[in-house]
Amino acid sequence: MMDAHGHAIVTRGLNLWYGPFQALIDVTAGIPHGLITSLIGPSGCGKTTLLRCFNRVNERFAYVRTTGAIELLGKNIYDPDVSLIELRKAVGMVFQRPNPLPISVYENVVFGLRIHSRRASLKRADLDAAVEQALTEVGLWKDLKDRLQVRATTLQLEQQQKLCIARLLPLKPEIILMDEPCSTLDVDGTRGIEELMFALKGRYTIVIVTHNMAQARRTSDECIFMLLGKVIEHTRTADLFLSPKSPRTAEYIEGRYG
Amino acid sequence: MAVVSLAATRFTKTALAARKERAEAVAKWAFFGMAVAMIIPLVAIIAYLLYRAAPSLSLEFLVEMPRRGMREGGIWPAFIGTLYLVVISLAVSAPIGVLAAIYLNEYARDTWFNRLINLAVINLAGVPSIVHALFGLGAFVYAAKFGYSIVAASLTLAIMTLPVIIASTREALASVPMAFREACWNVGATRWQTIKAVVLPNSISGILTGVILQVSRAAGETAPIMFTGAVFFKAIQPGTVFPYRLQDQCMALSMHLYTVSTQIPNVKESIPYATAIVLLGTVLLVNVSAIGLRVWLRNRKRW
Repeated sequence: MMDAHGHAIVTRGLNLWYGPFQALIDVTAGIPHGLITSLIGPSGCGKTTLLRCFNRVNERFAYVRTTGAIELLGKNIYDPDVSLIELRKAVGMVFQRPNPLPISVYENVVFGLRIHSRRASLKRADLDAAVEQALTEVGLWKDLKDRLQVRATTLQLEQQQKLCIARLLPLKPEIILMDEPCSTLDVDGTRGIEELMFALKGRYTIVIVTHNMAQARRTSDECIFMLLGKVIEHTRTADLFLSPKSPRTAEYIEGRYG
Repeated sequence: MAVVSLAATRFTKTALAARKERAEAVAKWAFFGMAVAMIIPLVAIIAYLLYRAAPSLSLEFLVEMPRRGMREGGIWPAFIGTLYLVVISLAVSAPIGVLAAIYLNEYARDTWFNRLINLAVINLAGVPSIVHALFGLGAFVYAAKFGYSIVAASLTLAIMTLPVIIASTREALASVPMAFREACWNVGATRWQTIKAVVLPNSISGILTGVILQVSRAAGETAPIMFTGAVFFKAIQPGTVFPYRLQDQCMALSMHLYTVSTQIPNVKESIPYATAIVLLGTVLLVNVSAIGLRVWLRNRKRW
């Protein structure tokens, strides 16, 4: 499920406009399969916009225009036969602020299954199994197995964020997009989510947008530095932080601007 | 010495600060006074009405037929007529308004066509009720051949309440956090699945309240029904709950109030006031139940 170079996502000459403003300029990049790739850069550099292209969630605004190609797992997602529903099933997204639905923990986890299946085809035992598996995978099962009927919005923020990740898993996504997933969490919460990312790595391709350079350095295998809508540098994370090729990258990671 | 005196006066009130504090106090009391003044008309109206209506207020007044050319007796046909008009008009306008609002808030993108719809809604809300009446007369009574009837009057009221229902429903929908919708869309839910699963359950209290508050408008308006279906007097079986047929004309409280106050000489003095109390009481009762419903649903709200 990847191209010859082991890329899960490949963008080619991707341009995106919000009305007259061009937010992405000729972005060409390959994101490796099964690894964690971080998108870094100062505010307004287009990293979140790029992330949101990967499941085409940008498009709900009428004034967004895109050119170029994005190949996900070998298929151009701008092809006319691509169904947004199927695309988003395979490409899950985790947001800055945990957004569990205001229903029980159990219903949050099976929400995707309910959305994508006929009612009659869902058996209670299968749903129970899916909940246990997903919550185990994100490390919540032990804490929450007796509290599955609790309203999800009453959980701690870290648990909410893990639940949001667990909500994606029953749909068996291949790619998980994370938009600053730790920015509302404290140190322990951040560590919890980062450890979870390591645990999920390999089975899922993870792309994370972060403002926190230390986090990018800790968690990601590859790092893409963006500035004003362009990709400035894209290498292994260790190389980017130790010996950046572009002086603009060097200045940014030194904290001269941004 | 100079240093000591400086320290002694530090952080104490200067002349300018004192002036600012006085202005602050004046501003606060002026605003508070105006807010309190809002209560006075309400209390005055209700107290005055109750005082003047007292001789006629009784259960018999509500459930009896008018007698002696409406100079005595009760207001049962008008009360029932108003219920008919309100229920039928809201049964028409609520579904249309709520569904339209869902489209406008959940589906519509910012295109010229949807702006046109918005503009239409806003302008419809601004049309005076007497103009609605004239439209209802032309459209429902004559063109649609409903004649002067409960149907024609209810439809006219429905058109009048529609834009406000749309506006209040949109407000209720907009208060559902965007994050819930995004959460749904990002697991591949369609808009309709999102609306069913998340948007409606979390906005239903606001939607219902908005609809119920239109009861008071529908019950209170006189002009739209005067032209289209309300009559001075209509004999019905006293005590029956469904005395009218839809193609009948009916009496209504607002119309009745107008009639007994201005059109009939030598009416017992307390009757118009008692009619007003019944109208006001019905509307207040509905509003209180709307608030109760809202509180109850909000406590069940799931975030």
